[in-house]
Amino acid sequence: MAEPAATTPATAVANGTDLVEVRGLAKYFDVSPPLLNRVLQGEPRLILKAVDGIDFVIPKGKTFSLVGESGCGKSTVARLVVGLFKPTRGHIRFDGVDMAGLTKREEIEPVRKRLQMIFQDPYASLNPRWRIGDIIAEPIRAHRLIEGKADILARVGELLTHVGLSPVDAEKFPHEFSGGQRQRISIARALASQPEFLVCDEPTSALDVSVQAQILNLMKQLQREFGLTYLFISHDLAVVYHISDYLGVMYLGRLVEWGTGRRVFGQPRHPYTRMLLDAIPDLEMTGRRRIPVAGEVPNPINPPTGCHFHPRCPFAEDRCRREAPKSLPLPEGGEVACHAVEEGRLEAG
Amino acid sequence: MAVEQRGMEVKVDAPSAGLWAHTVDGLRRFFDGDIWYSFKRSPVTILSAVITVLFMSAALFAPLVAPHDPFDLAQVDLLDSFLPPIWVEGSDPRFLLGTDDQGRDVLSTLMYGSRISLGVGFASVIFSLFLGVGLGLVSGYVGGTVDAVIMRIADVQLSFPAILIALLIDGVARGVLPRDLHGEIWFYVLVFAIGFSGWVQYARTVRGSTLVEKNKEYVQAARIIGIRPALIMLRHVLPNVMGPVLVIATIHLAIAIITEATLSFLGVGVPLTSPSLGTLVRVGQDFLFSGEWWITVFPGIALAVLVLAVNLLGDWLRDVLNPKLR
Repeated sequence: MAEPAATTPATAVANGTDLVEVRGLAKYFDVSPPLLNRVLQGEPRLILKAVDGIDFVIPKGKTFSLVGESGCGKSTVARLVVGLFKPTRGHIRFDGVDMAGLTKREEIEPVRKRLQMIFQDPYASLNPRWRIGDIIAEPIRAHRLIEGKADILARVGELLTHVGLSPVDAEKFPHEFSGGQRQRISIARALASQPEFLVCDEPTSALDVSVQAQILNLMKQLQREFGLTYLFISHDLAVVYHISDYLGVMYLGRLVEWGTGRRVFGQPRHPYTRMLLDAIPDLEMTGRRRIPVAGEVPNPINPPTGCHFHPRCPFAEDRCRREAPKSLPLPEGGEVACHAVEEGRLEAG
Repeated sequence: MAVEQRGMEVKVDAPSAGLWAHTVDGLRRFFDGDIWYSFKRSPVTILSAVITVLFMSAALFAPLVAPHDPFDLAQVDLLDSFLPPIWVEGSDPRFLLGTDDQGRDVLSTLMYGSRISLGVGFASVIFSLFLGVGLGLVSGYVGGTVDAVIMRIADVQLSFPAILIALLIDGVARGVLPRDLHGEIWFYVLVFAIGFSGWVQYARTVRGSTLVEKNKEYVQAARIIGIRPALIMLRHVLPNVMGPVLVIATIHLAIAIITEATLSFLGVGVPLTSPSLGTLVRVGQDFLFSGEWWITVFPGIALAVLVLAVNLLGDWLRDVLNPKLR
């Protein structure tokens, strides 16, 4: 994907106020069979392009959501941004600092303190053998933010209260809590080092619908209170609609469209975005017909040529099969990567 | 999930919190838990536990409870040699299970022998456990070349019988070390030989569980916080992979005792001056055909009963800690 030109709204927003900047980020996984099999059976090397060159910026205090079907690379982006994976290509700048340039522990630590992650599975994200108090205190102890047992305990109690639990819960073990409560504990742990940036990898997808709303409201409330910036990963558009300021749509490792949440939901441009939005159940009962998502995600090891979306796209032409579309700025803000939009074959819906 | 959680209550640890309240809490949960319930319901397990505890206390307190000190020359009288057990004609009521060729009380040598057998067994298991768990943890967590090297060594070692490796190490140690040292360091040589022949089991099991645990999100959370890999392994992964290790250790104790007995029976283990159960069987078998069967049969029975009891305990522990078998 192309670097956006200096005049795009992306950089206009970015000036001075953006906390996270991702440029040309890519992550390839080597999923080849073992060397012996390759030599003996003549099997080729297999490279999985989980993330293949994406750009976005997240302004301070805002929520940027990434949506897409399973396997499109959303979670890989989340793990790249927090540093669990090393990017194959591209840059992640956090408050102006290129994270790839940080190699020494002393350099990484101050950045680490400022970003945290909330995970999808509340049953796997808490160590079953640790007490809640120790789980939440882990970042505090690791970064030596507070010294002294009593002070740490007080801070843990304060954090638990923030997320709607009781300070008494610090003595309990994770299995004594429900999924929603565990997610609250996860959030408390993430907040313990007073971060500015939270990466949330499908934090509500393992929860009941009623609990989802509680967690989302809690996250919004904490964002207002602490001025947090979120990167929110989800496959659930209804959830994303409630929380996003900006929305990016991913398809097979590429960002096909992004813009403000209002714009993407109101005037989706990319055929894939339209397809996703058409599939949402209509709660206002306007009588709109719900169109199910057609086709399946192709195998990411062997993606379609040109625009990855062309086999499922009703507007695909020869050029779409040959040439990958570049990301182009839209007059109303955001960008879209589609030949049909570029050529004017597809008008704003 | 709930079943698994209950199984985890054997060993509960947290770095902070009041130690006393913690212990009481842990004990109460242990007695409320499934493990104690399952223990109470299994007569075989209770019997095995009683036998194991009896052996251990007999071994531990041998100098206090043994009727004679078989290694105190002042107490041993050659005139008492070859006395049969008391229910056989010609016995002496002082010697419950008879005496051996030097007039030593067989019951007392059994108690002192168990001391050596259990001592070597426990020490070997602990050595094996530390080596195997450590290597398995590093292998699974670090992965890549480190993992490949450690696991290939393990594979190679697995292709030899454990007793052969123990024999090899023991033999090499005897050849390399000066002769006059043998009397003092045989214990360490034996522990090293038996312990080294058993680490692969631990390493493989721990590596497997580590591979599962390290991809769980709580480990990733710790990595994001910036905890050092060594600390993540020790504090996060290790407590969650110790369940199966406990089972292997119990069963390995039985194997270690047998291996020690085999080595001693072959004459390369414990020196004659401080005989283990295996040495006693070897010494006694010389007299098997001349009619003094008790010298070898009682150590043999003792060995078999001890190993069986420990094995049954290990089997029970495996069943109770494995939710899939319930």
